[in-house]
Amino acid sequence: MNDTHFKRMKDLPSTHLLGTGTPMCAGCGGLQAINDIYDILGEKTVFINAAGCMTLLSVYPFTPFRGSWLYTAMASAPAGAQGVRDALDILLEKKKIGQEENLTAVVLTGDGSAYGMGLSATSAAIDRNLDFIYICYDNEGYGNTGQQYSSATPHGARTSTSSGSMGYPGFKKDLFSIWAAHKPTYVATVIGAEPLDLARKIEKAAQLKGPRFIITLSPCPTGWGFDPQETMQIGKLAVKSGVWPLKEYIDGKIIHTKVPKIRMSVEDYLATQFRFAHLFKPERNTRLIDEIQGRVDEYWDHVS
Amino acid sequence: MMLARRLLTGNGAAAWAARLAQVDYIPAFPITPQTEIIETLSRWIDNGEIPGKLVTLESEHSMITAAGAAAATGVRVFTATSSQGLLYGMEMLYTVAGWRVPFVLINVSRALASPVTLEPDHNDVLAARDSGFLQIHCATCQEVLDITLMAYRLSEDARVRLPAIVNEDGFYLSFTREPVYIPDADEVKDFIGEFDSENMQFRASAPTSQAVAVLGGSPYSYFRYESHLAAENARIVFDEICDEFEQRFGRKYGALESYHVDDADYVIFMVGCFATKAKAAVDSLRKAGWKIGLLRPRLLRPFPGEKISQLLAGKKGVAVIDQNLSMGKGGILHCELASVLYGNKDAPPVLMSFIGGLGGRDISQEEFFEIAKQLKQASETNEIPAPRLLYTVDELRQIHKLQAIAHVERAILNRDHQNPDSHE
Repeated sequence: MNDTHFKRMKDLPSTHLLGTGTPMCAGCGGLQAINDIYDILGEKTVFINAAGCMTLLSVYPFTPFRGSWLYTAMASAPAGAQGVRDALDILLEKKKIGQEENLTAVVLTGDGSAYGMGLSATSAAIDRNLDFIYICYDNEGYGNTGQQYSSATPHGARTSTSSGSMGYPGFKKDLFSIWAAHKPTYVATVIGAEPLDLARKIEKAAQLKGPRFIITLSPCPTGWGFDPQETMQIGKLAVKSGVWPLKEYIDGKIIHTKVPKIRMSVEDYLATQFRFAHLFKPERNTRLIDEIQGRVDEYWDHVS
Repeated sequence: MMLARRLLTGNGAAAWAARLAQVDYIPAFPITPQTEIIETLSRWIDNGEIPGKLVTLESEHSMITAAGAAAATGVRVFTATSSQGLLYGMEMLYTVAGWRVPFVLINVSRALASPVTLEPDHNDVLAARDSGFLQIHCATCQEVLDITLMAYRLSEDARVRLPAIVNEDGFYLSFTREPVYIPDADEVKDFIGEFDSENMQFRASAPTSQAVAVLGGSPYSYFRYESHLAAENARIVFDEICDEFEQRFGRKYGALESYHVDDADYVIFMVGCFATKAKAAVDSLRKAGWKIGLLRPRLLRPFPGEKISQLLAGKKGVAVIDQNLSMGKGGILHCELASVLYGNKDAPPVLMSFIGGLGGRDISQEEFFEIAKQLKQASETNEIPAPRLLYTVDELRQIHKLQAIAHVERAILNRDHQNPDSHE
């Protein structure tokens, strides 16, 4: 991290590359992260998108991107990146285009695609050592259709398809580990609320070759139930409570990039969101809160 | 012109077409009976015989995505699949057709599950009928090669810009060796030309958004109809390409193969390689004094409706043999044909429907003769029989035998479950 351009907050870009006026919800934590990511990746990119909220970024005839864009389908954005990358390589090799025309293939999907339908295509893209960057904005549910639970939904969260008193009975899938188990070039978790950590990781990813992965936890005002102005605060709480560990996988090692010195209780995080309101009202569900806390503690117990 | 003629399977002919078309990129996925195509191309690439890059994806859904994405970036793409693979990729067939990316996909027809089987019929490729892909059906190995070359011209034509499916029947064509003329590579290069991506490409100096969403039915309708008009254009463009192909290579094709149709009273209407069996039956019947012919569309999308109407005008009767089945309706080609004939004052008064050749089930010469007989009878009595399945009494007897065995086995199994010690 010594060679980073981003040593302190004021090193971050002060103007954004991504255009404004998109149809994303106010306070969208995913868009917040993409704004920061795009500043670093730049316009010599082609974003290959799968069905999700961000599909609505580019609606004919408008786009906030200064670079290129290709919408594919929900399951196969990494295969789209394969086609684009291979075609660019063929054109470069045949000298039909020069290096100055080259682009970085960037897959952009939500958790619905990344954790579920698109996982097979992603796994295979790593097998093929595809040179691309994958950005998953993870708002922990099928947000674009009204926040039904996905395999990224945390245990106990209420969604529109887990509306009972215990919320979602399943557990958030550990996509970071699944991706890392493939031994790709790079995997990192980020969050828009920690822009310096995010910038350093995107900067690092951009300098590497091969399959590179970023999961950004994306606080979602409409899906999680909070006021849009709280996105930043909730993001910070996700990190400080240890719910969202900031880490990276590189050269076979996992490094935690921001270990909370004193971890706040998960309750402080859960209490900010309507999707967990049933843990506190009408009466406090201590057992479930403790269970969630226990899982977070157990995770950090294993972090050396 | 040096003419090389060699024995090639349909799959071999397809691979040769890709080679001669100098395709840049081949996204692949194995499936019977298509696999020989990608194996052949892979071997040529690995041996350094041809340039190009072949990548095996993890599914046909991804394969077709990669094919479309590569074409959208600006290279010439070839791909191939069959049956379940075509259906697994179906979402992307519709999707990439809407991208208006030109490339060629060979479908080696194989019947669909369930029950699962390996042998051919046309339900797989006809499921792609409304996808926006152009669709051309072959009946010989030579056609597989020649039509695939023409499909590149058609797909890449500025008036069309749609991907194309070239269909060859599994097993009967894919694995049957026939003598095939392999055209000279330079002449093919001259015929097809360099790939022109037009304005569809991804370049750093010219950022572009492709395949973006639309809001509302109005832009949606506009772009969908544009694709329809492009497919309609392909009808004229295909004729032009066939003429040029004939001048250059001496083999004549067209949207339709019309065999003894001009003076015929009765016509058999079907697609695919079983039509060659129908041709043999037409020859026999002609010898016996019948005025009968065969009309075989190569082009199914766009459908050459006007030409078909003209060729069938004044005929006494037409029998459609559908190697497919739309449950609850019947033969798909029968419907397609009826829709173009209806209301024409010279339309044949008798239009009969037969379903045959499902799952590779053969169609015998005797059955063609019987179809001809029934066609004549219907014309004379003006009574058109209901659609029927080509199926013999003997086949039914065989099925009943299998069912009897299944019942006996089930009974033994049940008895053993109730009384585990009853084994002898």
